[in-house]
Amino acid sequence: MSALLDVEELQVTFGRTAAVRGASFRVERGETHCLVGESGCGKSVTALAVMNLLARGGQRSAKKMSFAGTDLTSLSDREMARLRGNRMAMIFQEPMTSLNPAFTIGSQMAEVMTRHKGGSRAAALDRAAELMGRVGITAPGMRLGQFPHQLSGGLRQRVMIAMALMCDPELLIADEPTTALDVTVQAQILRLLAGLKRELGLSILLITHDLGIVARVADHVSVMYAGEVVERAPTADLFRAPQHPYTRGLLSCVPVPGRVQRDRPLGSIPGVVPAIGPGFAGCAFRSRCAHADETCTRAIPRHQAGDAHDYLCRLEPDWAELQPA
Amino acid sequence: MTAAIEVENLRCEFRVHTGLMSAEKRVVAVDDVTFSVPAGSVLGIVGESGCGKSTLARLILGLLKPTGGSVLVDGKRLFDLDRKARARLIQPVFQDPFASLNPRRRIKDIVALPLAAQGTFSRGEIERRVGGILERVGLSAAMGERMPAQLSGGQRQRAAIARALVLEPRIVICDEPTSALDVSVQAQILNLLADLRRDLGLTYLFISHNLAVVEHVASEVAVMYLGRFVERNETDALFRKPRHPYTQALLESVLTPEPGKGVPDIGLGDAMPDPSNIPPGCRFNPRCRIAVERCRHEAPKPMVRPPRGMVECHLA
Ligand SMILES: Nc1ncnc2c1ncn2[C@@H]1O[C@H](COP(=O)(O)OP(=O)(O)O)[C@@H](O)[C@H]1O
Ligand SMILES: Nc1ncnc2c1ncn2[C@@H]1O[C@H](COP(=O)(O)OP(=O)(O)O)[C@@H](O)[C@H]1O
Ligand code: SF4
Ligand code: SF4
Ligand SMILES: [Mg+2]
Ligand SMILES: [Mg+2]
Repeated sequence: MSALLDVEELQVTFGRTAAVRGASFRVERGETHCLVGESGCGKSVTALAVMNLLARGGQRSAKKMSFAGTDLTSLSDREMARLRGNRMAMIFQEPMTSLNPAFTIGSQMAEVMTRHKGGSRAAALDRAAELMGRVGITAPGMRLGQFPHQLSGGLRQRVMIAMALMCDPELLIADEPTTALDVTVQAQILRLLAGLKRELGLSILLITHDLGIVARVADHVSVMYAGEVVERAPTADLFRAPQHPYTRGLLSCVPVPGRVQRDRPLGSIPGVVPAIGPGFAGCAFRSRCAHADETCTRAIPRHQAGDAHDYLCRLEPDWAELQPA
Repeated sequence: MTAAIEVENLRCEFRVHTGLMSAEKRVVAVDDVTFSVPAGSVLGIVGESGCGKSTLARLILGLLKPTGGSVLVDGKRLFDLDRKARARLIQPVFQDPFASLNPRRRIKDIVALPLAAQGTFSRGEIERRVGGILERVGLSAAMGERMPAQLSGGQRQRAAIARALVLEPRIVICDEPTSALDVSVQAQILNLLADLRRDLGLTYLFISHNLAVVEHVASEVAVMYLGRFVERNETDALFRKPRHPYTQALLESVLTPEPGKGVPDIGLGDAMPDPSNIPPGCRFNPRCRIAVERCRHEAPKPMVRPPRGMVECHLA
């Protein structure tokens, strides 16, 4: 079966800034796909480009961008609006940006449903209450009558998830949904998302900068750096045998509880992400890469390291490391 | 050995007005906390947002007057010292260097400010010291000429660290110093802070909501919940054998990069702690998995635990 969301060679520019430079990835049905990378690498812009929600001045183009067989680039704004919130829904890091402070939770949830599916307000409120119970909110009836500011950050994110589920979407795009939350609440929200995926067959495109989250929830991973997907792999393969020097560097930076060795420095990646202007060629990681040589300023090949594992680097795969354990 | 920081029965309350008609609320942000930090060590403090970590930091820095109790820094009461003497003794590094660096000044002038404020350093001396500390934190002389907006997040945090260390203080209070940074940059800054501590013999109070970061930098860790230390111990002991149910839940909720493990069920429920409404008995009881009847009316007392720790729980 073909992928639910298939993006090939996505490019997004804001004037002279190239925010996304040929990103390709696929979200399979019923899977969680993580886009991971450090701030500014183009994760949010990629998601917004898929949803056709780019800020003014943002220009997108792609060799292919299809959702459930529909070519997204060919849809009119109206047709796209009909998909959004309906068959594909999105939640953000800060729920307050997408909740209206002047309306109750109940009326905002009901509105999503009546806009896309019609039906009565009473029926929509019933569904809202049912979904709030589903996402682990106690006393949904009381919560429906409350305003967004009356809820804690964790509860607001649960409300956003319930709202995104109102129309039974096939794809949920979640952009750093737990970044603003405490670790305890984060674990609860991620557990909830994993359960929804399993029970509703939901596909999830999860954007995060946190490799711990990736390891625990993703089926497949795309690692982004400076607007490109530099490595794609099934999750277990990525953590077992990362091939791109950036992925390797990133993994070495993460302190792992129980395994840290005090008085030993953490791994780190020297330098900073370069500014990428128009006409930039070659590997964007070369200013920070220990393996860089003069060929890294030219076109970089994409190497295949396994069935669904590839990466963008001049270095050959390390086959010894890639052998199944 | 004298303690670098000595805190006794420290308490801090805020009175907040919630609305036009509603009565004043009392927020107890720090609730009778006692501990000491030996010179040259690192005390890490962890806990969920709103548990009082930053308030504790501001109390120790003398930026906030306690409602009760006392703070001694290097054996002295900060309120007895003038600003200059205080600045030579203890310095902060905060989460958001952008908010704490004057946007209209060059980096080297920002770093020079604490020296200039002392009024005892010559121009040449100031220049020499600023140059030295910038180099020490990994900023080039060219970076010193720039404005804060022209630096990356990691470089700005280096500048903030340079400013904190230029007076060669004994003690540095780090409040979420890497929380706004990417992991690769966080690693650079943590390594830098560790080097500086070793080379200059500094004492750190290190606040973070990231347990792995604290495990990496701290020699001792305190777990804070609703204004109190509910558990404290040497880092290895605390991470290997957490005794308080809240510490256990915090540790379980850390998502290590280990594929296939899934997301743990930590069973804390959706009742969030509210410092204006601290529950009777054990303050953790509404979220505690193993609470018994006694927990609902009797607050647990601190009990000593080896090797050098304490815990506040009837069942631990
Ligand atoms: N509205 C915008 N106008 C101009 N540049 C933008 C805009 N939104 C994002 N960018 C740029 O695009 C790049 C990628 O941003 P983003 O996708 O938000 O990164 P992240 O991976 O942190 O989500 C950044 O360099 C950012 O500055
Ligand atoms: N100046 C203040 N006025 C009123 N309440 C405050 C003030 N500063 C902090 N608080 C409250 O005290 C509690 C502890 O806050 P804080 O120390 O910032 O927590 P943390 O740093 O652990 O997130 C919170 O409930 C916060 O709202
Ligand atoms: S292409 Fe060159 S610079 Fe880029 S990651 Fe590979 S070796 Fe490093
Ligand atoms: S005293 Fe009781 S409620 Fe408090 S942490 Fe211990 S078991 Fe839980
Ligand atoms: Mg983003
Ligand atoms: Mg704080």
